[in-house]
Amino acid sequence: MTKLADAIIVGGGIHGCSTALHLCLAGMKPVLVEKDYAGRHASGVNAGGVRQLARHVAEIPLSIRSMGIWERIEALVDDSCGFESHGQVLVAENDTEFDACRARVAELNALGFTHEELIDGPELRRLVPAVADSCPGGVVSRRDGAAEPARTTTAIRRKAEALGATVVEGVAATNIRKQDGLWRVDVGADSYAAPVLVNAAGAWAGRIAADLGEPVPVETVAPMLMITSRVPHFIDPVVILRGRKLSFKQFANGTVLIGGGHLATPDQDRNETVLDWRSLAISARTVFELFPVMRSATIVRAWAGIEARTKDELPVFGPSARHVGLYHQFGFSLHGFQLGPGAGAVMTELIVSGGTQTRIGDLGIDRFHSSPP
Amino acid sequence: MNTTARRDSYDVVVIGAGPAGLAAAATAAEAGLSTLLLDENAGPGGQVWRAIASTPVTKRDHLGADYWAGAELVEAVRSSGAEIIQRATVWSLDKHLEIGVSVGGASFFVKARRVILATGALERPFPIPGWTLPGVMTAGAAQTMLKSSGLVPDGPTVIAGQGPLLWLLAAQILRLGGRIDRILDTTERRNYLAALPHAFAFMTSPYFAKGFALMRQVRAKVPVVSGVTELAAAGDGELATVTYLSGSRRETVPAELLLLHQGVVPNVNLAMAVGIEHRWDELQLCWSPVLDRDCNTSVEGIAIAGDGAGIGGAEAAIVRGRIAARAAVEALAPAAAFKLAPMATFRASLVKAERGRIFLDTLFRPAPQFRIPSDDTIVCRCEEVSAKDILDAVAIGATGPNQLKAYRRTGMGPCQGRLCGLTVTELMAQARGKTPQEIGYYRLRAPVKPITLAELAAVPKTDADVNAVVRG
Repeated sequence: MTKLADAIIVGGGIHGCSTALHLCLAGMKPVLVEKDYAGRHASGVNAGGVRQLARHVAEIPLSIRSMGIWERIEALVDDSCGFESHGQVLVAENDTEFDACRARVAELNALGFTHEELIDGPELRRLVPAVADSCPGGVVSRRDGAAEPARTTTAIRRKAEALGATVVEGVAATNIRKQDGLWRVDVGADSYAAPVLVNAAGAWAGRIAADLGEPVPVETVAPMLMITSRVPHFIDPVVILRGRKLSFKQFANGTVLIGGGHLATPDQDRNETVLDWRSLAISARTVFELFPVMRSATIVRAWAGIEARTKDELPVFGPSARHVGLYHQFGFSLHGFQLGPGAGAVMTELIVSGGTQTRIGDLGIDRFHSSPP
Repeated sequence: MNTTARRDSYDVVVIGAGPAGLAAAATAAEAGLSTLLLDENAGPGGQVWRAIASTPVTKRDHLGADYWAGAELVEAVRSSGAEIIQRATVWSLDKHLEIGVSVGGASFFVKARRVILATGALERPFPIPGWTLPGVMTAGAAQTMLKSSGLVPDGPTVIAGQGPLLWLLAAQILRLGGRIDRILDTTERRNYLAALPHAFAFMTSPYFAKGFALMRQVRAKVPVVSGVTELAAAGDGELATVTYLSGSRRETVPAELLLLHQGVVPNVNLAMAVGIEHRWDELQLCWSPVLDRDCNTSVEGIAIAGDGAGIGGAEAAIVRGRIAARAAVEALAPAAAFKLAPMATFRASLVKAERGRIFLDTLFRPAPQFRIPSDDTIVCRCEEVSAKDILDAVAIGATGPNQLKAYRRTGMGPCQGRLCGLTVTELMAQARGKTPQEIGYYRLRAPVKPITLAELAAVPKTDADVNAVVRG
């Protein structure tokens, strides 16, 4: 039986769920189709960083838009999502890196962005007392923070459903096609039809785009994370490094999350990953050097979430260059979690109004298909 | 004592030196395969033969003849040419058969062509009100202290639960002069009837005579209350009393120590973390790996033997260890298989060793109220989550153990679900009107046992790192 909806969203990550929620707020009735369950992959198992800091200029407007929503997330979804705003700090480990920080902040200021702020050694140590004395300074984005990813994605999904979205989990959307002016997908024994289709399928989105004639240079990756046992509270902000792959965050319960983008080997079709312990050991060595207080902490779990990374590490976000009614929202390349709330709001504006005040022009799929001059 | 492996890779790596692991290692090494046996304890033997090479208990009849049978197998492994590393914690295993091992605070990796997991069993969670109080412990923990150090309880002690190990422990405590004030038997009365059709097979099994002799010894010295249908521990900061209901009689007795036991279940953590397929066993009420007749799992190159493959007891574990090892020999060095007994002999021994198992499984199938708690009873000790908390999460949308993590962090603490996993699965299945198989289990993650950050930081660098330095 074919059921009609206002929009079909493929993918129940934070992006698909957020778009479903915002479409509902705009009075539409979307259906969201998720082959596993909402938040099963990268959206549920990422580091939870809510970060405007150190982003590519092309996605800063979307990130700022999103930050505004994060700051009222509890009012939006009836759950705090574990969101805490203690800032994010980028640490320069030497003078060369510190010079690069200075240049970056100057560049952003010239473009009119003020969320990143250069900090000297004393301010760095005030914010991150445990950091090694040799670090000359860094950059802080004070409104940034972190949230609990699975809790957040689940809460957004739940609120979308409460506002009228249909959420179908455990069955893949197949046979995606446009027929008689409507997008149609098969979901098990059912079919859905809608004038709008949003491709928010994460690591699986590249295949959908390619099948619809819009291939994108995208690969499937699985960034690894590990978490420690509880240690006494010693740090508030999230810390990232300028020169090495490391992100570092202590939760309120004392556990410490260590990430930074070292990759596992994904087996996308089996929903599995094989961890690379020698790379995780590199992260462990970095923490060992930078935060001596962590040396005796135990590592209780390590994992990796499967997601999509584009060639230029920027998302594919906006209307299709080829089909009316098709929208892409994928390829967030290891930094999509913070963008989720804002991207859902902007995507809804694109669908409902055909445009948005938020600058997203450099994120369109057409950037990969421009014909040579 | 070895503290590191002599080679980078082995034909066969066996994990766990209980009955199954010892038998597997001896068999593989006797056939000439390079064999490494990794074991977490200070000495070989597993739980059944714990401290077999070092126990201070010298009177042989105190621990029973079955215990001392282990010494022979330990000797066979030591003379087989297998390399043994004790106090070796395996914290990772992946599909490429690379194994992360920690010994004495330092980690290394070894590769295997075949892995035989013999990680044995864990005690089933026994989540009654007050089970997290100091003074409440598992029978297995008490038995570990008894075997390793000769320690037995001397204050007011209550043992509650059911199953062969409970009676064995009680007999061992009494023989060593320990104190037991009361045994509260939680075996369901209807189980006796259900088990009856399987009684003949049991009576012809080796368990029968031994089991009844043990129970007789214990009953002669300790009051046993049977048909216990409710159980609660209470106390202010530590155990003070145990309350139970038997028939219509409710009684509260003082206790300093409460030993709980309601059977053992396969220790699935390492196997599940590799991605080996498991199925819910409706009779044993636990997850068991899906195996072929040679003990091979769904992951190429990995076999499981012993109680980790489904509870079968020590004798079956030995045979399954030999079957798994012989299958490895047939695969890696077929010409050497003639040195071993034929597979048919092992299979016949297995049938014999497993006789009576269905009777035991049916008789000692734990009652629902002792598996599926309610109200404020703690389910997840690490994160202090109660049964009510979990039901509340189910009511607002948590559909399975992994989804539940987003609501309540259950299973995310250091125990990695060992103490709550079965309870969470059955509780959620009951609440949602689904089978445990449909509800599923936690996705488990390495490290399967915690390692320190310093230890991981000291892991040898990759070949690429080393080359970069050499070139630099």
